[in-house]
Amino acid sequence: MENIKDVVLKYVVDEYLDDPEDEMTYETPLISGGIVDSFSMVSLKRFLEATYKISLPDDRATPEAFDTVNSITDLVNEFLAKK
Amino acid sequence: MGYSDKVRGIYQDTLQKIEGAGLFKTERKIFSAQSAEIEVEFPAGAPRKRVINMCANNYLGLSSHPDVVAAAHQGLDTHGYGMSSVRFICGTQDIHKELEQKITEFLGTEDTILFPSCMDANAGVFEAILTEEDVMISDRLVHASIIDGIRLSPAMRDTFKHQNMEHLEQKLIQFADKRVKIVITDGVFSMDGDTARLDEMVALCEKYDALLFVDDSHSSGFIGKTGRGTHEKYNVMGKIDIITTTFGKALGGASGGCVSGRKELVEMCRQKARPYLFSNTIAPVVVAGVLNVLETLSKSTERRDKLETNSAYWRQGLLDAGFVLQPGDTPIVPVMLFNAKLAQDFSRDLYAEGIYAIGFFFPVVPNGAARIRTQISAAHEIHHLDKALEAFIKVGKKYNILGKDKKQIIEMYGM
Repeated sequence: MENIKDVVLKYVVDEYLDDPEDEMTYETPLISGGIVDSFSMVSLKRFLEATYKISLPDDRATPEAFDTVNSITDLVNEFLAKK
Repeated sequence: MGYSDKVRGIYQDTLQKIEGAGLFKTERKIFSAQSAEIEVEFPAGAPRKRVINMCANNYLGLSSHPDVVAAAHQGLDTHGYGMSSVRFICGTQDIHKELEQKITEFLGTEDTILFPSCMDANAGVFEAILTEEDVMISDRLVHASIIDGIRLSPAMRDTFKHQNMEHLEQKLIQFADKRVKIVITDGVFSMDGDTARLDEMVALCEKYDALLFVDDSHSSGFIGKTGRGTHEKYNVMGKIDIITTTFGKALGGASGGCVSGRKELVEMCRQKARPYLFSNTIAPVVVAGVLNVLETLSKSTERRDKLETNSAYWRQGLLDAGFVLQPGDTPIVPVMLFNAKLAQDFSRDLYAEGIYAIGFFFPVVPNGAARIRTQISAAHEIHHLDKALEAFIKVGKKYNILGKDKKQIIEMYGM
């Protein structure tokens, strides 16, 4: 299975960055940095659920949990372990 | 009376945090009618100063026009000051129905419903026409009032990259199974001054059977050859399913707004839109003023033509001086400074030179995209624009940004 971090990073770059030259790392703040707004977060949640066949409850899909690729990956790993 | 010291402290702390983050908003007192030149007291207690106004939405210069004022006076005399009612109880006068008809004709739509403001129109429309079986797909830079309206609707929501048609098409394909799909955009984006490419959006919406919603608040009255709006500019009049707009900018500048479009959708708003159902009717004096504005605009394009000439003159002057601008061809001309503090300092120095223009920075615009947003009016004369340009150049030289590109300005001042 492809590394989760890289899958998430690729999705975030494709989906949210307007300028492909903008730098994006595993620790770039997505929501607090203004790259992803709360509306657009919905598509990220849907992508994670569809890709990893998991269900992320709203109280866990918080702006804090979705703020970096690393924190998103942690969340996905946690729910994959519960499967 | 539960306003204890503890509760007061909560709000005092919050306000201090807002101030500490540099986000505290203050009002500047103006002692004159809205115009190209206004008399301002800033900061509070300072002597009043006459300055050139470069930040009003008074695009057509009609906010204090004698004809509009006279029509409003007449409306006050014939129809009274207030109606003390919502529309559907006893708040609908002949002139409210007349204005709805005139707006329908002006925008080239099927029907129109008035709202107390365009904020209310945007807040009410999505909840009125959509259910949980539907989806709203909005441009990522739509106005805050649309975002609030989207929040109030039970429909699924998603966004597409600003003005990115490929991304929009992906979303339309992704949501093919939804009962109703609605694509949501501003006509002219208020912070950048760019126009939505409605011809391409109409084509996509027709291909994927989606509705198209356009907020034309920064367009109605002056965009397009006869000022009908962004849909006229892109030759798609009659093809926009919902247009919302305001009477608080070019169309007289007082207040009020509307939803205009397909008759069934307008009727749904009349039956279900909460800001329409539970808020007072527009004051007769405002209705009379807007009717006069529409009559003037339907007879002549003189004012929008002057606005177009002024806007091009201003944009070219700034470009020749070496400023970085957001590209566009509307009266919204953002001068890019990138750094928030620089934008605030620049605005303060402009004021000292007699020019009133405001700096915008995060979170109103993206981080690192701070700017002075200038807005041109048909009320401006060339001598106003020349004086403003002189001041911009003087302040630009002070900060050594003339002729510098984005990268160089960021190197000097940071994001």
